[in-house]
Amino acid sequence: MANFKHIGKDFIPHDVVAKVTGAAKYAEDFRAEGMVFCRLLTSPMPHARVKNIDAAAALKMEGVLGMLTANDIPGEPPGFAPSLTNEPLYVGEPILAVAAVSEQAAQDAIDRIKIDYEPLPFTFDPLESLFPGGKDARSDGFNIGTLQGLEPGSIKWSAADFARVKAGEELPMGKPAEEWNFGDVDAQFRQCKVVYDERFVTASLAHHSMEPRSCMAYWQNGKCFVHASLQSQSFVMPGLARRLGIKPEELVLIAEYCGGGFGSKGSDYPSMVIPAYMSKKLGKPVMMRISRAEEYYLGSARNAFQGNIKVGFDAQGKLLAADVYVVQDSGAHISFWDYRAFGEALALVYQPKAMRWRGIPVFCNAPTRTAQRGPGQNQLACIMEPLVDRAARELNVDRVEIRKRNNPVNGSLMGGQEGKRGPVTSAYIKEALDKGRARFNWDERRKRSGRKNGPRVTGIGVGQAFHPAGFFGFDGLVCLKPDGKLHIHTGVGNLGTFSHSGTSRIAAEVLKMDWENCVIERGDSRRNLPWNIGQFGSNTSYTMTRTNYVAAMDAVAKLKEIAAKDLGGKPDDYDIDGAKVFAKGNPSKSLSYGDAAKRAIELGGKFDGHELPADINPMTQGSAKALAGTGLVGVAKDNLPVTGQPAAFAACFIEIELDTETGMHRIVDLVSVADCGTVIHPKGLETQIKGGAVQGIGMAALERLVFDPQNGLPANVGLHQQKPPSYLDLPTEMFTDAVDKADPSNPVGAKGVGEPLMGASAAALLCAISDAMGGHVFNRTPVLPDMIVNQLAGRQQPRKPLSINTQ
Amino acid sequence: MSEPTADQITGYSRREFIKRVIASGATVSAAAYLYGGLTGCSRKGRAAGGVERLISLNVNGQVRRVDVLPNESLAMTLRYKLGLTGTKLGCDRGECGACTVIIDDVAYNSCSTLTHTVRARKVLTIEGLAGPNGELHPVQKAFVEELAPQCGFCTPGQVMSACALLKHNPRPTRDQARLAMSGNLCRCGAYDNYLNGVMRAAAEVNA
Repeated sequence: MANFKHIGKDFIPHDVVAKVTGAAKYAEDFRAEGMVFCRLLTSPMPHARVKNIDAAAALKMEGVLGMLTANDIPGEPPGFAPSLTNEPLYVGEPILAVAAVSEQAAQDAIDRIKIDYEPLPFTFDPLESLFPGGKDARSDGFNIGTLQGLEPGSIKWSAADFARVKAGEELPMGKPAEEWNFGDVDAQFRQCKVVYDERFVTASLAHHSMEPRSCMAYWQNGKCFVHASLQSQSFVMPGLARRLGIKPEELVLIAEYCGGGFGSKGSDYPSMVIPAYMSKKLGKPVMMRISRAEEYYLGSARNAFQGNIKVGFDAQGKLLAADVYVVQDSGAHISFWDYRAFGEALALVYQPKAMRWRGIPVFCNAPTRTAQRGPGQNQLACIMEPLVDRAARELNVDRVEIRKRNNPVNGSLMGGQEGKRGPVTSAYIKEALDKGRARFNWDERRKRSGRKNGPRVTGIGVGQAFHPAGFFGFDGLVCLKPDGKLHIHTGVGNLGTFSHSGTSRIAAEVLKMDWENCVIERGDSRRNLPWNIGQFGSNTSYTMTRTNYVAAMDAVAKLKEIAAKDLGGKPDDYDIDGAKVFAKGNPSKSLSYGDAAKRAIELGGKFDGHELPADINPMTQGSAKALAGTGLVGVAKDNLPVTGQPAAFAACFIEIELDTETGMHRIVDLVSVADCGTVIHPKGLETQIKGGAVQGIGMAALERLVFDPQNGLPANVGLHQQKPPSYLDLPTEMFTDAVDKADPSNPVGAKGVGEPLMGASAAALLCAISDAMGGHVFNRTPVLPDMIVNQLAGRQQPRKPLSINTQ
Repeated sequence: MSEPTADQITGYSRREFIKRVIASGATVSAAAYLYGGLTGCSRKGRAAGGVERLISLNVNGQVRRVDVLPNESLAMTLRYKLGLTGTKLGCDRGECGACTVIIDDVAYNSCSTLTHTVRARKVLTIEGLAGPNGELHPVQKAFVEELAPQCGFCTPGQVMSACALLKHNPRPTRDQARLAMSGNLCRCGAYDNYLNGVMRAAAEVNA
């Protein structure tokens, strides 16, 4: 496709006006007739067993309607976070819920409940749990486990593993849970000019979505209605239905707006079923509002790492070998596999000739963690990029140049295990670096490195990051109505990127429709939505352009068939444009889209959705059947060729002024460039690039979770204490760009966008700080002012190289 | 004979009046939410109030009678009694700015403002900005044109802070705007686009 009508052009997404007028309704803004309220009783202890709940007096209080405990909600598979629990594994984990006619009455009742707790051992250090006989976070015998591919289990390292190293300073590298390698690592290290062998820590940080995950639910006519805060729509249905013990078709899910998720609301999550179960018990709609403090308990956070990274470069700065061991602090329950992504991203972004990766995800008594923007890949960017700079300095290679000497190109291999590595569909990270270099004026600006202005020193940094950028095989569904309007049904969700609309415009593009005549159907499972994956993993731009493309192509084929039937000739004799299907040789021989839609209804069968492709998902089948007879239905599964793994990259350039007296720094300038394939929606892309950059600044230098090691209490459960970046942490103006080179595996050249933008800016800021400090590398995130001041003053850091969570 | 009570003067009982206000407000369970915020909301230690509960509030140019508890925040009154859910609660403790409203031309965190303190003052919320025919306020228009919101949850607060700024300083520099907006957190990190919007709105207002 070329000469796009919509792609690459700005438009006003239909939901933005509602956002600026306050008309947009988020989960907590809904009301239902007879609605009552529930509140949670959460654990005051980091690990305990609930021996007895005495709620007799509380339940007799005026206005109190009922209580739910863990016994009222079906359990989750071993290791997975429950909605309510009798063995809380962190401070703030919900134990029970009380419903009442008012929140006040519910809270008053909770204050009257007496719980007999048996305190149990707790830990915030994975190395403690890996020590033979060391404390475990859980009492079910599991100290390791992760989402997809690693069942809960137990691994203890040997005393000898620990004896070999200096406690807190070096990582004992006992038996990993998983490992892979390719190439001859030892042989490659012998070829290296410089080798670095470092201990590192990346702290956990909260997602802090601005909308706490409040939820409202009720049951009506055998269906459960749920108003929830979710990034995704269709993808949530099977999991949420399973949690509720119903079929997906018995669930109505309203998630039209979501006040931020960043990975924490990608799919169904435990707390969201509490109002539904309470509602079932009481026969009344139930609203559960979640406070900001509770959001820190329920809203999840990034996995933290302790690790060892050994990397070796040749004299030209080519990375020859890498050997990585990642110990993931996974929080209390099964979490995402950041530790795997750390290794895979290294193998792709720097293309070492040989590499070994080992990893182990260990439970500890911190709130549940899950994927957060660039889970694993962005921790890698924070740790690896400053080491690349260190090599560049030592080898006297330009810092942009050394990156390009290692970067992948189209078709480069990704993945870990020898023999299982596959190609990426495209990689334009070198082009992103070049574009940023020019825009930032790197070659001139780097000369300012270390320039002093009173106590302030200039630092110049560059950073890069990667994330997979697309999935395959989901369904598209469009319906051309007799009034000539094209209804595009999208089940992707509304994370706030406007890509639900951006990707829907591909259907308009294929059908050469004016955007004014397109209607997007989304946000409510009653709107006949197709089966789509969730809005996470930087996939939407890739995955959903494919689905909307195939659905629209199906509609085009049907338009041509109808024209051939009615006007004579073969379907191939016809073309489309101007909302008409017309004979190529005689454009006056034509049928308007509206008339074609009417004919589709008359013809029935496949034309109006009465006959459907066999390979589409049952959810899409159901939605298409509901549309049958209302217009010309275009519906198809994405069976387009799969040629590799789509990959998104980003590069970021930052100049700072570091105050050597206070350790504070100010970002003077920031330029960020995305390699996201063809740009679909320039304005939407620009704001994603900047937003990612802002989050990276928080990850690099501001945000972390801290726990009290003695009592296991969280030290920061407020925005003020957690310090997500504000207006004042940013430069006055930010600059963005995109490579804008098409990915060959996508019909419009698009691929994913969001996640690497955060890692790139985090890395660029860390590298700028390092640059201002003469090349010192901290091997830790976040880098805080006290660390900077200590280093500059030649004082010992209070944190040991591997200390985690408690400082 | 004793002094007549307020109920006798107005002709119907206070209880009856409150019930009517609630019914006409068409919002559910007016008294059903907590009024001190969700954090630390136990009754313990709460002072008994001796304040008149039924008050008149001037919100978006309309005077509305509403039953307000002594310790009730303006955000709660707006959202749960007057049905104005455009004002968002992000933290309920004055840290995020999502609940920003304008009171007598000054931006306030409505989560940290007692409703009783705004009697006889003019409250403007996000719902009151658009013109009579729905035409957007210059700030709203500029935020649309700059695609300033991402998830949109902090947006009403950002809009209100920007409006308050332009009221007092119609020609802010970008740095002044940044400072004025700095009480409004946005986790999506859309700050630069919001600032573009503020500057665009300022240009339009001054054109």
